[in-house]
Amino acid sequence: MSRPIVEARGLHKHFGAVHVLRGIDLSVAERELVFVIGPSGSGKSTLLRCLNRLEEPSSGSVVVDGIDMLAPRTDLNQARQRIGMVFQSFNLYPHMTALGNVTLALRKVAGKSRAEAEALGKAALERVGLADRAGHMPGELSGGQQQRVAIARAIALEPRVMLFDEPTSALDPELVGSVLAVMRSLRESGMTMLVVSHEMGFARKAADRVLFMDGGVIVEQGPPAVIFERPVHDRTRAFISQIQRH
Amino acid sequence: MSSWSRFTETFFNGPVMARYLPDILAGVVVTIELAALVVVTGIVAGLVLALLRSLGVRPLTWLIVGVVDLFRSLPPLVVIVLVYFGLPSIELSPSGFVSTWLSLALVLMAFSEEIFWAGITSVPKGQWEAARSTGLSFRQALLSVVLPQALRLTIPPLTNRTIAITKGTALGTVVAVTEILGQASSAMSNSYNPSPLMLGAAAYLVLFFPVVVAGRWIETRFAWKR
Repeated sequence: MSRPIVEARGLHKHFGAVHVLRGIDLSVAERELVFVIGPSGSGKSTLLRCLNRLEEPSSGSVVVDGIDMLAPRTDLNQARQRIGMVFQSFNLYPHMTALGNVTLALRKVAGKSRAEAEALGKAALERVGLADRAGHMPGELSGGQQQRVAIARAIALEPRVMLFDEPTSALDPELVGSVLAVMRSLRESGMTMLVVSHEMGFARKAADRVLFMDGGVIVEQGPPAVIFERPVHDRTRAFISQIQRH
Repeated sequence: MSSWSRFTETFFNGPVMARYLPDILAGVVVTIELAALVVVTGIVAGLVLALLRSLGVRPLTWLIVGVVDLFRSLPPLVVIVLVYFGLPSIELSPSGFVSTWLSLALVLMAFSEEIFWAGITSVPKGQWEAARSTGLSFRQALLSVVLPQALRLTIPPLTNRTIAITKGTALGTVVAVTEILGQASSAMSNSYNPSPLMLGAAAYLVLFFPVVVAGRWIETRFAWKR
């Protein structure tokens, strides 16, 4: 196995008195697609957000693409370019066009000229099937299109790993497919991905590995077939049967 | 004499108006100068304070909040009088014009800081997170992502507050500033007739009505579809 892209060791996170992450060890290999499932409040999102330090881990270590994310000398803003993140609520900048959303960090962080940034931005929008929406404002796009612009904004920076935090949870059911299709094509292009989501169908087909989290720990992990069909732990079994009932 | 002609004779006396029109116009120029200075310095200072406050440095925040609350509580007239009659005791003798400018700018600074701050905090946290997750620094996220959205939200309250405080230039009268109201009231006592005051009122309308309309225009101009 090649060097892991993401390597977290002994990760703990406290929010005041609440102990959200209770010692997470996680290693994601290059080109691997890892699904994270678990009940709400189990720490899935917090885990993702600790990896790019949107949340400050209380203790432990995070290494992404060989960069120690918690070292004081690490240039966090440069490091974050290698970690794309997609949010449940899209978080597009409402005052910029789709292309403007995609090119902002290319210009300000990656230091590209306007022309270069626009070429890269258009290519990224092309990859998510929205080349014809470059000049549209987020408010003029459907939820599915907004989320695909958000994916384009992240992949335009050519990250080494993509973090998806419930990317389809805020979408109407008929729009979910378009976002999953983009994620599938990203996967096929070899992107390393860490996905918090309950899209079981997608997980079954696309994931290499599924982690089940509960109470701030990884309860068990394995290939989707094993986790979904023959989980070892009662908690996993209870959770899987609950989400499959819907 | 009918009561109507007595009314016009008193409040819209042609000869009196003609006689004092040049004084009122001179007052208009002073008011415009004063208002422009107050608006520009007050709003810029307010924005700077709001940006400093966004850094989240505790002692700095306390200082800013203290200053802002002080100037929001004091009546502008009191500030003007304090500056005009108080500063000479520390060897500074600002003119009435400068005292009024300084005082109203401080008051506008205080209110606009609160308005800008409310705008900045009302931008959803997800906007910061999206920006920072792509590698933008705090400053870049603030200036490119958060502030443009915050400013749009601040335009209506800021326009209202700016107009209210700018009309306070009339308070300059008490420290002998020859702005519109000052000119009008001295003309009124010289002519024993309130017509110059009507001229002054007209001048305020001509001055501020376009500002109100412009505020409305900016509001629609900077709106975007959500």
